[in-house]
Amino acid sequence: MSDQVLRMEDVTMQFGGVVAVNNLSLEVNRGEIVALIGPNGAGKTTAFNCITGVYEPTNGLVYYEGNLIVANHPSGKMKNAYQGMNSEKYLSIKPIDPTPDHITKLGIARTFQNIRLWKSMTVFENVLTAKHMRAKQNVFTATFRLNAAEERRMREETLALLEEQNLLQFKDDLATSLPYGLQRRLEIARALATEPKLLLLDEPAAGMNPQETEELGQFIVQIKNKYDLTIFMIEHHMDLVMRFSDRIYVIDFGRLIATGTPSEVQANPKVIEAYLGVAEDE
Amino acid sequence: MKLKNEKKKDALCTLIAIAVMLVVLLVMELTMKSTSILFTILKKGMIYALVAVSMNLLNGFTGLFSLGQAGFMLIGAYTYAIFSMPTTVKLGDTVYKYYDCVISLELGILPALLLAGIFAAVFAALIGLPVLRLKSDYLAIATLGFAEILRAFFQWDAMGPVTNGANVLRQYKDLTKVKIPFTDITFPPTLFCFLIAGFCIAIIVLLINSSYGRAFKAIRDDEIAAEAMGINLFKHKEMSFVISSFFAGISGALLAMFQYTVQAAQFKTAMTYEILLIVVIGGIGSITGSCIASFLFIACNEWWLRFLDESSNNILGLNILRSGFRKVVFSIIIMIIVLFFSKGIMGEREFSWAGARAFFRDPFGLVSKRKKTTVSEEVSGDV
Amino acid sequence: MSFLQNSLPYILAGISVGGQYALIAIGYTMVYGILRLINFAHGDVFMAAGMFMVFLSASMPLGAAIPLVLLLTVLLGFLIERAAYKPLRSAPRMSVMISAIGVSYLIQNCALYFTGGLAKVYPQLPWLSDTVTIFGAVTKRVTLITPILTIILVVGLSLFIRYTKVGIAMRAVSKDFETARLMGIKVNSVISATFIIGSLLAAVGSLLYFTNYASVTPTSGGMPGLKCFVAAVFGGIGSIPGAVIGAFIIGIAENIIKGLGWTTFSDAFTFALLIVILLVKPTGLFGEKATDKV
Repeated sequence: MSDQVLRMEDVTMQFGGVVAVNNLSLEVNRGEIVALIGPNGAGKTTAFNCITGVYEPTNGLVYYEGNLIVANHPSGKMKNAYQGMNSEKYLSIKPIDPTPDHITKLGIARTFQNIRLWKSMTVFENVLTAKHMRAKQNVFTATFRLNAAEERRMREETLALLEEQNLLQFKDDLATSLPYGLQRRLEIARALATEPKLLLLDEPAAGMNPQETEELGQFIVQIKNKYDLTIFMIEHHMDLVMRFSDRIYVIDFGRLIATGTPSEVQANPKVIEAYLGVAEDE
Repeated sequence: MKLKNEKKKDALCTLIAIAVMLVVLLVMELTMKSTSILFTILKKGMIYALVAVSMNLLNGFTGLFSLGQAGFMLIGAYTYAIFSMPTTVKLGDTVYKYYDCVISLELGILPALLLAGIFAAVFAALIGLPVLRLKSDYLAIATLGFAEILRAFFQWDAMGPVTNGANVLRQYKDLTKVKIPFTDITFPPTLFCFLIAGFCIAIIVLLINSSYGRAFKAIRDDEIAAEAMGINLFKHKEMSFVISSFFAGISGALLAMFQYTVQAAQFKTAMTYEILLIVVIGGIGSITGSCIASFLFIACNEWWLRFLDESSNNILGLNILRSGFRKVVFSIIIMIIVLFFSKGIMGEREFSWAGARAFFRDPFGLVSKRKKTTVSEEVSGDV
Repeated sequence: MSFLQNSLPYILAGISVGGQYALIAIGYTMVYGILRLINFAHGDVFMAAGMFMVFLSASMPLGAAIPLVLLLTVLLGFLIERAAYKPLRSAPRMSVMISAIGVSYLIQNCALYFTGGLAKVYPQLPWLSDTVTIFGAVTKRVTLITPILTIILVVGLSLFIRYTKVGIAMRAVSKDFETARLMGIKVNSVISATFIIGSLLAAVGSLLYFTNYASVTPTSGGMPGLKCFVAAVFGGIGSIPGAVIGAFIIGIAENIIKGLGWTTFSDAFTFALLIVILLVKPTGLFGEKATDKV
């Protein structure tokens, strides 16, 4: 098996007149922490949504562990949309438009930029419910409690996961009653409960102070090692990105403008331009 | 492991409470006049409790705003009536006056009840395929539409050989025809309603507290997050829809048994609205609430507020009290609940022994406000 | 010729009913456009207008009764919004919809109380109720007046929404409730205005509708109400021309089905149409598409 966990090839996503993601190609290798950065509105979350099946990209392919998981070429109305480069190459490929749950089942889990915890559930139930997908049961055995062993396993694993995240003391609190930073951590715990191999984090440090951000960085490395994960994250905190990621992709207006190690990216004039604007503009 | 003991104790309490209730019911039925209004309330209340709980499974726990309940009850009621009707009646002229009934099969009471649920579930599975892709209010109006189409279909002339057209179905096995097995003694009808409907509600409660119930709640809280955590939206919505319809079908069949006659014209949109209001009064997302509310609703409707309809009760020469006033008062009460007590009787809480004990120690939080918050937490936590 | 003579009454009736439906459907579509609420009580407001007419015409000349009916209906619509929807402005959409169902239940039960459950005979409106003969088909004059009156009212309404200050505010609120509020638009007044216009049109629709049907019952608002909502969805909810076209299509189709002898299915057809349109083009004929942001 190749060491490439995720590969995006010429992914283009157009909404009406806006090309949110434009010919984006990138790869993430096993065991890496890769960051996707860019100014606000650069199309980072849209790229995540194309990988996880929330959106049906206008064009392009996504591979996971060498298998094609998303493939679209313009059809119907979308034919008139901007198709990105190399579109003729994809016309012979049958479109694949999976639902998000299908992608999650393959082993890609994600968190959300605007926290999306289940608000009526406790911390414990939030994580437990994420285990539903992998449980060996059907509606009949679950209803009549013939899955007691499976249910017990799920509960024990959930407790273990919460303990490891230092959330055990809050297990019976409503998820939304937690402070912001812990809610983010709970989202990560919930994503881990789906037993992923690739974890997509959408701005995990948003709203955190420098100390919390540092802790989060160490935490990400720790879970990466423990669960043998590959991590692909969107982040705005440059200190987190520069300190903890192995490689960085920078996009602006949906286009890839730079890539490389943190120090390479930092020195790239295009990146500085995208973030600070061109001098003449000032 | 103290918690486990507590749970076992609570389970024992529940079993004892249910047994006591059934025994009391049995004694009442054996000693009191069977025509008493109390039995009517209990029977109808229990049947409505089942359909309200089934609607709550869909609207309260899965977050699907569906208004098709009357349609599924219609299927259940007709399936039961047609299949439990003795063959001699079907071939005779008393019921099928204008048609020749084409269904010669006659089933016992329990198989017919089961079939009623299955037919409703199959129909739900079919319409669920297209309809469940719709969002909130569109789903509501589409399910409402299907229920109306169904009603027209059952009254259609060409369906006459099966449904007797727009005419009444009767002489099928009603509640008085339930016998104690291997004897010819009539089974106490109220007890029968409680056993069947109670059994169905128990299954729904078990489902809601299972892993699938949690998945339903996840869909209700946040569809996008649920899908991202690997919960297949369509599969789970369809499951909830089919199961809810299955039990709505059974409650329709029980209603047919209770009423002695059944006619498609009865299963109007207004019926769905009534069930929805019961669910709201009880608290959307609370099984206990739905059960309490349906008994209250039926009791008010059929009994406690009856005096408002009697013009002989007027005082001071005012002619306010007359037929229909009860319904006006009743709908005003409902509006007050909807507007000012939108959580209903129970909110999202359920009955629990811990909650009940705390309630009796400190009813309505009179002793201390703070204590009451811990009570409600206990109640909601211990599901 | 005989085909025309046979089918003409149905088509005429269809156009007429379509016009009446259009007047009601506008109320649905405007309220949905602004509050994203299916106003289940709107059909009952329409029925209440019929009841007002029955009771008022018994005690005063029609010349006084008709304006009073319009006024009372508008007042009813206004009060419903203030009492049952305004307090729930920040509540989930499901609660508001339930409140609407509750109001519908209340109005029907009040009507039941005041009529004693009996169908009330609708007064004969002179001139409108007169019979006329057109191409050999005999019909009431109201059949011919309805489409004309409908079109005049719709054009008037469109101009109102396009050019007046209130109309512009309505469009702003329907595009973005919160931003409109932040821009200093008095959202509550705009919503009241919407209900007032909707109820006024429903009252006019009720005058025309019941002249054709001769009697009012407490439940006679239910079915037309739902059908008009379907018309609004069919045309693309939020769009006034859409609602009008949808209403005419449903009115005509329904009467053609009656003409074919399938009366049982005339109601069911409407819902079948609804389900088909929701599955094929959920936004209706003229609706706009909205996407969820993740």
